[in-house]
Amino acid sequence: MPILVNGSAVALPDDPRVSLLDLLREGLHLAGTKKGCNQGACGACTVLVDGERIVSCLALAVQYDGRQVTTIEGLADGDTLHPLQQAFIDHDGFQCGYCTPGQICSAIGMAAEAKRGVPSHVSADLTADVTLTREELQERMSGNLCRCGAHNGIIDAIRQTVEAEMAA
Amino acid sequence: MTPFTSARAEDAADALRLGQSSATAYLGGGTNLVDLIRETVARPTALIDVTGLSREIEETEGGGLMIGAAVRNTALAEHVAVRTHYPVLSRAILAGASAQIRNMATVGGNLLQRTRCTYFYDTDGSRCNKRAPGSGCDAIEGFTRGHAILGASSACVATHPSDMCVALAALDATVHLQGNGGARTLPFVELHRLPGDHPEFDTVLEPGELITAIELPPMKFAATSTYRKVRDRASYAFALVSIAAALEIEGGLVRDVRIALGGVAHRPWRASKAEAALRGGPATEEAFRAAAIAELADAVPLRDNGFKIELTKRTLVAVLGDLAGAAA
Repeated sequence: MPILVNGSAVALPDDPRVSLLDLLREGLHLAGTKKGCNQGACGACTVLVDGERIVSCLALAVQYDGRQVTTIEGLADGDTLHPLQQAFIDHDGFQCGYCTPGQICSAIGMAAEAKRGVPSHVSADLTADVTLTREELQERMSGNLCRCGAHNGIIDAIRQTVEAEMAA
Repeated sequence: MTPFTSARAEDAADALRLGQSSATAYLGGGTNLVDLIRETVARPTALIDVTGLSREIEETEGGGLMIGAAVRNTALAEHVAVRTHYPVLSRAILAGASAQIRNMATVGGNLLQRTRCTYFYDTDGSRCNKRAPGSGCDAIEGFTRGHAILGASSACVATHPSDMCVALAALDATVHLQGNGGARTLPFVELHRLPGDHPEFDTVLEPGELITAIELPPMKFAATSTYRKVRDRASYAFALVSIAAALEIEGGLVRDVRIALGGVAHRPWRASKAEAALRGGPATEEAFRAAAIAELADAVPLRDNGFKIELTKRTLVAVLGDLAGAAA
């Protein structure tokens, strides 16, 4: 089965060593997803698979046949940015922008996790509904590093967007 | 990267059939193995994708939980029965790695996660008995902040990195295995081994043997349990030390207790001496301290990690104090 990348069917690579990240960047020329550490430690390569966030550098593409992969290129509606993309601009959520696609994909996955009640390391009550306080957002986004130190703007952008999302 | 072939197993029997060769490795979420292959620490010539094994979490007849090997870490941490009856397990999983990695990682794979000793990963410059048996260990005389204080040997001082496994050690979990000789079960605390003269073997698994499930026994008092992880930054780092504990108190006395330590040994360290010291005695800070001292009596510090001995004691006393407060 092919992989569905942003809605388009993509053939699996012949070489099983090809990571999902390299398939996206080298095979499909979708350069939005970034290669940072290539070791799962920075989150720059985060994409959504069937709506869940993963690091694509540690994913072998052959394991993802039949799955739906969404990258940063798949989020905007034509020239209309995804609300979170717009919020990153409004809140100065980036400087060099290298971590931004991973941050945005990660935040979308994070919002879905919070909405279905997944607790985090800082949740005092494991069974309560999730309230995305600043502390919760910081912990839940801690798999995405920003070397410019734009974390405060990133958290502000996410907070504004997911508050609207959680309320919906 | 050494070339390898790839195949997907539909079920355990399929995986065992495909996994006959000694150069075959079972692949779960890939969050550790893919990295090890890329760094040429691991060099399998064939990968068998076993994410098609069970993803079910089911209540057993006895009232425990049977957890399929392909259950994702996130799915286990968020499962309502785990959150309610075994909070130590949810907390341990949520303390590990990042959300992205927890979404990928499988329960079976987590058990086979390898040490994060930097000398083990340094294929270009370091000797490592775990990576290349008999070559020597550059960690022992090296930077040892993260290394073992209990159960290490002159061949290896690496620690086991998993948080989830520390909780499983405390919970008296059982591992379900299938191999060419058939199915067997193993107490979880017997799965991982101390380094001795053969640190290249992390576990007692036979070649080609497959983890199919983890079983948690019913343990009512595990509802009063927690996991505390001490690390160099607030999130997304491996433990310096960690404590998994469950405590049952009746009339001010410790009726039952389970404790395991992480970040201190080559395997999740079941703190049997501390448990024995506590059982039946008063649930006081003084008793908790005495139990911690008993457990750490045999600890041997390396150059940079002597602090772990007192840190482990203090963290254990604090965790037991919190649980005693919650149980009162």
